[in-house]
Amino acid sequence: MSNASSTEPEIVYDKQGNPHEVIDFNNDYEGAKLGFWLFIFTEIMIFGAMFLVFGFYLFQFSPDFIAASEGLNRVLGGTNTFILLLSALSMGLSLVKLRNGKIDESKKFIWITIILATIFLTIKYFEWSHEIHIGIYPGSPTLDALSDGTKLFFGLYFTMTGLHGLHIIIGIGVMFWVLALINSGKITSTNFVVLENTALYWDLVHLVWVFVFPLFYLIY
Amino acid sequence: MSNVHKSFYDETHTVFGHHKNKILQWIFSIDHKRIALLYLFVMFAFFAVAVSTALVMRLELFSPGQDFIDPDTYNQAFTLHGVIMIFLFIIPGIPAVLGNFLLPLQLGARDVSFPKINLLSWWLYMLGALLAVTSLFIGDGFADTGWTFYAPYSIKTDTNVIWALSAAFILGFASILTGINFVVTIHRLRAPGMGFFKMPLFVWSLYATSWIQILATPVVGISLIMVILERTFGIGIFDPTKGGDPVLLEHMFWIYSHPAVYLMILPAFGIASEIVPTFCRKPIFGYHAIAISSAMIAGVGYLVWGHHMYTSGESEMIKLIFSALTFFVAVPTGVKFFDWIATMYKASIDFKTPMLWTVGTFITFIIGGLTGLIVASVGVDIYLHDTYFVVAHFHYAILGGVVFLMFAGMHYWFPKITGKMYNEKHAARAFYTIFIGFNLLWFPMFIAGMLGMPRRYFDYLPEFEIWHKLATIGSWVFALGLIYMFYTLYRGWRYGELAGPNPWNATTLEWQIPSPPQLPNFGEIPYVDYMPYEYKNGEPVRHLDLSVKEDKPHE
Ligand code: HEM
Ligand SMILES: [Cu+2]
Repeated sequence: MSNASSTEPEIVYDKQGNPHEVIDFNNDYEGAKLGFWLFIFTEIMIFGAMFLVFGFYLFQFSPDFIAASEGLNRVLGGTNTFILLLSALSMGLSLVKLRNGKIDESKKFIWITIILATIFLTIKYFEWSHEIHIGIYPGSPTLDALSDGTKLFFGLYFTMTGLHGLHIIIGIGVMFWVLALINSGKITSTNFVVLENTALYWDLVHLVWVFVFPLFYLIY
Repeated sequence: MSNVHKSFYDETHTVFGHHKNKILQWIFSIDHKRIALLYLFVMFAFFAVAVSTALVMRLELFSPGQDFIDPDTYNQAFTLHGVIMIFLFIIPGIPAVLGNFLLPLQLGARDVSFPKINLLSWWLYMLGALLAVTSLFIGDGFADTGWTFYAPYSIKTDTNVIWALSAAFILGFASILTGINFVVTIHRLRAPGMGFFKMPLFVWSLYATSWIQILATPVVGISLIMVILERTFGIGIFDPTKGGDPVLLEHMFWIYSHPAVYLMILPAFGIASEIVPTFCRKPIFGYHAIAISSAMIAGVGYLVWGHHMYTSGESEMIKLIFSALTFFVAVPTGVKFFDWIATMYKASIDFKTPMLWTVGTFITFIIGGLTGLIVASVGVDIYLHDTYFVVAHFHYAILGGVVFLMFAGMHYWFPKITGKMYNEKHAARAFYTIFIGFNLLWFPMFIAGMLGMPRRYFDYLPEFEIWHKLATIGSWVFALGLIYMFYTLYRGWRYGELAGPNPWNATTLEWQIPSPPQLPNFGEIPYVDYMPYEYKNGEPVRHLDLSVKEDKPHE
């Protein structure tokens, strides 16, 4: 079915004899975009709900939150913000290159994005292990001895950065898949919607961090 | 390659190429019609489990005192019953089965926009189901929190809450994917000429439903994840000993779960909007009003969750706002009812089984809906909250509304799906049995609730005994009726007469193709520049033959 219709579109005629094309669902660029945007909505709802929870407790425990925020490493957090920014840029460039037919350069930029994402995760790993090392993690005796606001701050910190980190990991997986698709000729300069959606996803991941960073690191 | 006489039962597309094995051809099929049937069978298997659990509960409640299950088992039983009925049966329910089967057919499309994701949804659904079932048999058994998972109890109990939560999360994900699939399908794959206001009303209802799935499910998903994290790591967000607020979870839960009840009822209303014009043989009254009211219900339904929490600590002002908004939802719902009744007015109604179910539902759902307004009133609800009045209300609304209309739809589209006809006389008798059993089962519970019988109790004071006895007897009649109905349908499927393409003289596109449909659905896609329900002098205005013809094979 798909092969026949991708070569010649199916046409139906109205009473006046005007032709109308039947959209082929196997080959529907707009549909693929729309579907992915809807998926992005659901992600926004998820993170949006988390931000609301954060706001709810920030109001209740402002002094504790502010004090706890000072304990985070702003240099590492800031570096990570910058790295994600760069990665969003390189992701975008890979799409531009692909659409201009420069397959190899496109692949190069995807690799750069993967490397930047990995650096982000490494830095995140060092931050987390530092906190865990000094005994600050959910349920730890040290943390339980501190004030309620501090417990909640770190509960939210680990939940939200963890959820965000999970999205980065998934993103890296997707990028490897995209590379494989490019290599096997399934993504081309004319059929690029998968890469375009991946770039959209990566923008979301980046955007979420742009909110997470100030909320946790800069509210002191 | 395609043979005209073959239906989708004979040939299919699968995700991994060709399989010899018949079972693999089903569970890997990306044909929307087969996926619909996959859902159907698994869903009704779970329905049977949940009904059996309910019968056990009713049996325990037959007389006061502990008879044969202990209090803890009772707690697990109503949780299991609620979780299965809600997350495994009624939320996927109509969209996943009838929606999947009919959406492309009614739109004049060859499939949904993302057939592979459609199959993935079913697999995720199976995974969620598997988790829920597994948790029955390990450790301390199934969760005993009630299907609402309220903290702090859900953080403290030793039962397998994490399993139930993970199951609900995965099922939610499956439901989101279905929602996305449907919205894109409706936007992109309508037959040429079919504008939004030329779509059948069932499609409109699926459209509103899908938006609820997309926008509300993520919120409950993340809340469930946070409860899981609470139990595993103790992040403190809902734990009052760490400064967290358990009421926050109630809010996040109901922000999803109230819209979820519209997610259940809207497609059911869509079914009614298909059946009423067909059996009244006239165009539906107020097509636009019905279409728009679905969207209104979906929109306003978002803003009323607080009516579940009048007793959990809300400011007086907020209570009044939630109460008023809840009353407001009754307006678009009333619009639909008036439109259906206006369609039936002065029509020569053909009371075939689907129509019987629909009209029967009008009675039960109106009781369910109006008692909803009673519990939506703040003052009254302070008294009725957590009594059997509420339990009776939502069983009238969900069982007497959604499930009944689902049965109506199953009878209505049975000839399309199987190509055969069931026995009309037996099907009608099964309806009467279920209808009587249902009212005997749930009406006494309104009274018991008003007298103060609390919900989620395995025991009660002697003065409630008469009402519980009636309800339990009702539950047996109900169960017998169910067996009767399924047996009638089964016999129809095996031995029924051939139904032909359009046994009801209906007008929408799915009736213009053979029953059961062929794999590509349509031979030639029609140009649709007319309204979906056009009758003149009791006859459909158009008779089309859109089957795949021998001389013009689609492939
Ligand atoms: C087949 C007939 C049914 C019977 C006999 C039945 C019976 C019951 C009983 C006895 C309870 C426990 C009440 C309590 O102790 O508080 C209950 C609760 C419940 N039922 Fe049903 N039910 C039936 C069908 C359904 C259906 C079709 C649905 C939804 C699709 C449903 C959804 C629920 C829910 C959500 C609860 C609340 C569970 C909780 O408290 O956590 N039931 N039902
Ligand atoms: Cu509600």
